[in-house]
Amino acid sequence: MSPMIEARDVTYAFGETPALRGANLAVAAGEVVAVMGPSGSGKSTLLHCLAGILRPDSGEVRFDGARIDTLGEADRSTLRRDSFGFVFQFGQLVPELTAAENVALPLLLRGVRRTPALRAARGWFERLGLAGMEHRRSGELSGGQAQRVALARGLVAEPRLLFADEPTGALDSLTGEEVMTLLVDAAREKGTTVVLVTHEARIAAYADREVMVRDGRVNAPAGVAS
Amino acid sequence: MTVPLTLLGLLEREPSHGYDLKRDYDTFFGRGKPLPYGQVYSTLSRLARDGKVVVGDVAPGAGPDRKRYVITDLGATEVEHWLTEPVEPEPHLQTLLFTKVVLALMLDRPAEEYLDTQRAAHLRRMRELTEIKRSGELVDVMLADHGLYHLEADLRWIETTGARLDALRKAVRP
Repeated sequence: MSPMIEARDVTYAFGETPALRGANLAVAAGEVVAVMGPSGSGKSTLLHCLAGILRPDSGEVRFDGARIDTLGEADRSTLRRDSFGFVFQFGQLVPELTAAENVALPLLLRGVRRTPALRAARGWFERLGLAGMEHRRSGELSGGQAQRVALARGLVAEPRLLFADEPTGALDSLTGEEVMTLLVDAAREKGTTVVLVTHEARIAAYADREVMVRDGRVNAPAGVAS
Repeated sequence: MTVPLTLLGLLEREPSHGYDLKRDYDTFFGRGKPLPYGQVYSTLSRLARDGKVVVGDVAPGAGPDRKRYVITDLGATEVEHWLTEPVEPEPHLQTLLFTKVVLALMLDRPAEEYLDTQRAAHLRRMRELTEIKRSGELVDVMLADHGLYHLEADLRWIETTGARLDALRKAVRP
């Protein structure tokens, strides 16, 4: 089966400092894959290259078999908006918006009208244990609540591929595991592919498989091709 | 050592038949490793011989046996002593994995590959335990958590050791 998202010999440097030195990774549709590695190993840079946020210096990134690393910024932006969802370590909610408006944001950016977008957004609150918090702003939410709002925002538009970069990194272990359970349940229910960056083995254990990034290269575990 | 004390603890809760004791042990403590009936009855016999339990009134329980065991004061004192004494924190200074790594370095074998293989095996087990957590009762969740935290500690050691292999190689191959 051809992969949904793939990096082929991707290199990327921040100035003179190489972050990726020929990284290869292939993720099939519906897979939940954890990208592990120590700090500075290049795992977040790999995620950003896969997601079209960064353009590799060399190598290829393919989505559904088509190269996306050669696309211009506008096309990559459209791709991110229409096909990808994102969850980051600190939620990065827009503080001026309510929780429901934050969740609705990807739909509004896709051109969905405000009323149906907010209706779809509110549908996530009960499921994520956030009922009654639709009107709160990010400053009125705990870390775990804010991250669940961020998770809903990442999934509300039913992206084919969700990128999660240390989604539990700012949470205590119990809250982090609750967020991971919700994330994986929602992804499995919708068949969403997930690329999860984490340095925590307990979080990676929620994935179907894991790969290790070391010194800008991807090492698959013994017996598994990446 | 823990089976006799665990059975004594269950008997302190209430007098019980061997069949019911086995059932309760398996429910709470026997995850994946049920207690054989033979071991239950031989343990109860030894506890009776040592004066930690006595056979009480004969009455039917959930199973076929009639003997109902009752904990004695001596048995209860032993349970109390066992519960209050901390478990010795195991230093694990000579683990199998440590021995393998050092031997691999001494023999100029690929220690890093061994560590990678072990890491993959640990993560595989962590995925299994996480799946148990996702579908199990709270007792299963707590047991799986215990295993996960220990595996996580091993993984940290594997990472640190992997980063220090060059220095370790020099230390064991002077």
